[in-house]
Amino acid sequence: MTHFVFIGGISVMQPDPGLIFWTTLIFLLVWIVLGRMAFRPIQNALKKRDGDIQNALDEAKRAREEIGQMKSQNEQLLKEAQEQRTVILKEAQTMRDSIIGKAKEDAKTQVQAMIAEAKTDVEHMREELRISIKNEVGQMALDIAEKLIRKELKSSADNQALTKQLVEEIKFN
Amino acid sequence: MKVTKTQALAFGILLIISLFATNAVRAQDHEHGHEEEAAGEYDPVGTVMHHIADANEFHVWKGIHIPLPCFLYAADHGWTILSSGKFEHGHKAIDRYVLNHGRVNRIADPAFPMGEVHIEGVHGHKEKMMVKGKEKEVEVFYAEHEGKQFKLEKSTTWDGGMMGGGITSYYDFSITKNVFTMLLAALLLILIFSAVSQGYKRNEGQAPNGIQSFFEPFFVFIRDEVAKPMIGEKKYERFMPFIMTLFFFILFCNLLGLLPFFPGGSNVTGNIGVTFVLAVFAFIVTNLNGNKHYWEHIFWMPGIPAWVKTILTPVEVLGLVIKPFSLMIRLFANISAGHIIILSLIGLVFVFGNNGTNFGGGIAGAVIGGAFTAFMNLIELLVAFLQAFVFSLLTASYIGAAVDEGHGHDHDHDHDYKHAH
Repeated sequence: MTHFVFIGGISVMQPDPGLIFWTTLIFLLVWIVLGRMAFRPIQNALKKRDGDIQNALDEAKRAREEIGQMKSQNEQLLKEAQEQRTVILKEAQTMRDSIIGKAKEDAKTQVQAMIAEAKTDVEHMREELRISIKNEVGQMALDIAEKLIRKELKSSADNQALTKQLVEEIKFN
Repeated sequence: MKVTKTQALAFGILLIISLFATNAVRAQDHEHGHEEEAAGEYDPVGTVMHHIADANEFHVWKGIHIPLPCFLYAADHGWTILSSGKFEHGHKAIDRYVLNHGRVNRIADPAFPMGEVHIEGVHGHKEKMMVKGKEKEVEVFYAEHEGKQFKLEKSTTWDGGMMGGGITSYYDFSITKNVFTMLLAALLLILIFSAVSQGYKRNEGQAPNGIQSFFEPFFVFIRDEVAKPMIGEKKYERFMPFIMTLFFFILFCNLLGLLPFFPGGSNVTGNIGVTFVLAVFAFIVTNLNGNKHYWEHIFWMPGIPAWVKTILTPVEVLGLVIKPFSLMIRLFANISAGHIIILSLIGLVFVFGNNGTNFGGGIAGAVIGGAFTAFMNLIELLVAFLQAFVFSLLTASYIGAAVDEGHGHDHDHDHDYKHAH
């Protein structure tokens, strides 16, 4: 029967109290020191960085969405503006047309009124003229009559000839 | 498959490393040679078992040893603290302690003088012994002093005699090869992770760089693939330092164990004492955090008939211990097996070369053993990562089971949960 011989030493299958003691001590040391000094800070740093990266990505996504939204808003605004412009132009055109029309109309009526006024003025002046002429003629007739009357006093034949001559003289020149 | 320059280079380096390891083993074997000449033949099992075991000194090269501090405690003598270099490789006894093949043994006989005593040497004899009612052939070692033989005993182990050890007259609390490697791993971890942690402070709000970006993927992997899915999104954060420490401590010990020369080469995680401690930590962390739901499922599983509970409860209670026990065995067996395979392949040099008498066989063994060792080293590199991952993954799953609120486990609870929300 062969038996494994562990020359001088202890088999790896024999738990050695010294080794157990040191392993416990060293493992605890590593656990405490690295836990405090490295693993926890690293974990927190990684967690923070993960959070930061996620935040940054979310932020970027949101910004992109916002930009997209703004773009569509802008487009909407532009469209509305264009429509409004068309409407305004149209309105302006109609307004212009109506203003021009109205102005024409006004001018026409004014012109007509002015013509009518002028006509009445002319009428009046003609009337005045006729009246003044009548007055003038009457005055002349009176003058003639006066002159005749004065001549009659000298000769009747001469009176007649003069009257004839005076009447001849009355010409509406 | 196209082999790139880098792959070829990596393979070459591994081959060279493996051949180095071969040399180291050969050197060590020469050293034992003069003591084992009586037996006259190469003992592959003994050599391999010796190499994966712990030792009180580092063997670097032929005749070059790095002594390690020894802290020895005997109930009848108290503490003895010295460097293992003082033992002069089995030629000096100090306070009845002697160095036997790199490990401190003690002369059991109280008649042997205390203090520094010259001894002629340490020799092993095969003896028939009764072990657990069976007669077995065991090699017993003796120190020779003034023509007399003094029997040596090994330090106390806590296997209760099951593995051939037991409580003896002294305890060995030395900084052994394994302890030294663990200290080195701890130092490396602290240095590296303080730099990594510093990186997070320095590069806040920026992309990681340097060593920080090298270790970040490991960290994120363990967080996202181990801690989060196993423990749950809500509770994993509290256990992250423990899971991370387990992963990196095991990983560094595994990787240092793969180095075939001085600071490495110790079979740290292939020693049951080390994996025992890690498993005990896993057990303590798991059960200290067990909630009401967890204990209920162990002692009185809801939703099943009472007679089934009488069977299930003992099974679940046993499971409390079996889970960490499986962690302990898995890591120990995987790493030890890797070391055994590599050492066996290197042992081919001595088997083929008839322990130095057949030069051509030795060359053939070196080539074949070297090539296979290079290949095995690559597999062991994978295993080093894999076992660290598996240990932390399973520990996380046990913790996850202990802190689980139980929603989704059984139908009624699930219903209540949905109803309540």
